[in-house]
Amino acid sequence: MTMIFGIPVQALLGQLLVGLINGSFYAMLSLGLAVIFGLLRIINFAHGALYMLGAFIGYLLLVHMGIGYWPALVLVPLIVGLFGMLVERLALSRLYRLDPLYGLLFTFGLALVIEGVFRYYYGVSGNPYAVPTLLAGGTNLGFMFLPNYRGWVVVASLIVCIGTWLLIEKTRLGSYLRAATENPQLVQAFGVNVPLLLTLTYGLGAALAGLAGILAAPVYQVSPLMGSDLIIVVFAVVVVGGMGSILGAIVTGYMLGLAEGLTKVFYPEASNLVVFVIMAIVLLLRPAGLFGRDA
Amino acid sequence: MSEATLHAERATSVRLERALVALGITALVAAPFVIYPIFVMKMLCFALFACAFNLLLGYTGLLSFGHAAFFGGAAYFCAYAVKAWGWPPEAGILLGTAGAAGMGLVMGFLAIRRQGIYFAMITLALAQMFYFFCVQAPFTEGEDGIQGVPRGHLFGVVDLNAPMTMYFFVLAIFLIGVFAVWRIVNSPFGMILRSIRENENRAISLGYSVGRYKLAAFVMSAALAGLAGATKAIVFQFATLTDVTWQMSGEVILMTLLGGIGTMVGPVVGAGLVVGLENTLATSGFPVTIATGLIFMVCVLIFRRGIVGEIYARWLGLKG
Repeated sequence: MTMIFGIPVQALLGQLLVGLINGSFYAMLSLGLAVIFGLLRIINFAHGALYMLGAFIGYLLLVHMGIGYWPALVLVPLIVGLFGMLVERLALSRLYRLDPLYGLLFTFGLALVIEGVFRYYYGVSGNPYAVPTLLAGGTNLGFMFLPNYRGWVVVASLIVCIGTWLLIEKTRLGSYLRAATENPQLVQAFGVNVPLLLTLTYGLGAALAGLAGILAAPVYQVSPLMGSDLIIVVFAVVVVGGMGSILGAIVTGYMLGLAEGLTKVFYPEASNLVVFVIMAIVLLLRPAGLFGRDA
Repeated sequence: MSEATLHAERATSVRLERALVALGITALVAAPFVIYPIFVMKMLCFALFACAFNLLLGYTGLLSFGHAAFFGGAAYFCAYAVKAWGWPPEAGILLGTAGAAGMGLVMGFLAIRRQGIYFAMITLALAQMFYFFCVQAPFTEGEDGIQGVPRGHLFGVVDLNAPMTMYFFVLAIFLIGVFAVWRIVNSPFGMILRSIRENENRAISLGYSVGRYKLAAFVMSAALAGLAGATKAIVFQFATLTDVTWQMSGEVILMTLLGGIGTMVGPVVGAGLVVGLENTLATSGFPVTIATGLIFMVCVLIFRRGIVGEIYARWLGLKG
């Protein structure tokens, strides 16, 4: 068996794949956070809860209505996105003129409620969600065995990330969005409906979280707690990357996922800590974050 | 507003606070004879924790989302010193407080490098890092926590196993801690902290090394939170992972928000209400997280001044 630094190549690649999968979710979630923060100036603490909600809705659709994975991949982001828009209309829109910390606190409360409701009805144990038949099994790549579904997650998350980036950087709607990020009053004066844009943005961010959730359902177990621990790691990712750039959020997400995977190979005890340690180092050397512009 | 009315307002405010404090202390002395002492001690520990937190949020304008690390960390240090090394309780509590201050120095040094919302996220992430550390470190005894911590004898003489003795010891710590917060807030140092809260750039342009003041406030707040956590470890005779979770950091924010950010009495009232509510809910079967989440949302949407802040504003025409 081939060895690198005394570690079998198979094990190394296996952990790197796990890291890449985790990184895919970090990237999708920090992307959503960055999109929401860019326009709304709100850090969406409920992002982890929306991710969990996505996974759970997918699970419930399957169990109660027999709706499978592929339709759920469309339905879940729609439902979670609509829920997000409702939250924005009813509550968040009242907080824009206040200190951004209130947005964080409100979404924190929202996260507690969503998580609490699912914990109350479904307990804390995980519910398995079967891999869709089309993607069952795996492929032998010669140097390693790749479960098809995991390969799909990496591809899908890349598509989502690049798609969102294109939407924001290359479309007309995206240009409104970027303009409103710079100066909402001026964009409003040009006749763009900024409040609607804000609602849509939060809906988009929520839909991204929901999509990440349904993608994650077959990889991890569907559990009410799946979002809350993840979101804190994603916060660290966001601090490392800085929220100034969409691309920065994506790249940092994958990088930190891989760093975590590598740590699992060489020093497993520290794998939970590595993202936070990297965050601390980045704060010391480059307080604005790797891709950040603001101080 | 003229100088005279401002003065009059300040005088009413001071008189009111003095009356409330006198009333409060009397109530606290009488409380253990009416209510289960352990429950009141729990309230006092959390009230001190919330006051320490409010020193940072209310008077310096920094939202720390990681204060559980100091509260729970100090509980671990204290419990370990008392149980494994056989230290007397007062030494254990001091060690916990000093440990929390040390952690505050490190976390604060990193966190003050960013402002506002990033500050909150960094403190949250660092506290989560400490949580993972506590899950793995052997001295915390993992999921079980450090159990069976002896209460011991205060200064080698006073037996803390008697509930009433323990109670008045905790009350004394609480009063000392809250007095410390009050002194800090009303000192020239506290005035500078408030000026940073009101307008950080202005404070910088006036020549204050804002970073150093923020760090000092962070360390003091961490130390006092540690004092509360270490005392709690002696009261309940254990230290567990619950006290270092992010939910605990959220809880202390809720207590402060509900009671009134930036008021002296608010966090105490908030802590009493939240601890009381949790106690009630624990037997009812209604999940605590849903209740706390809802209170959070309502407070942020329509009740940002909190109970005490609202009383000040509505009935006394004062600005908290």
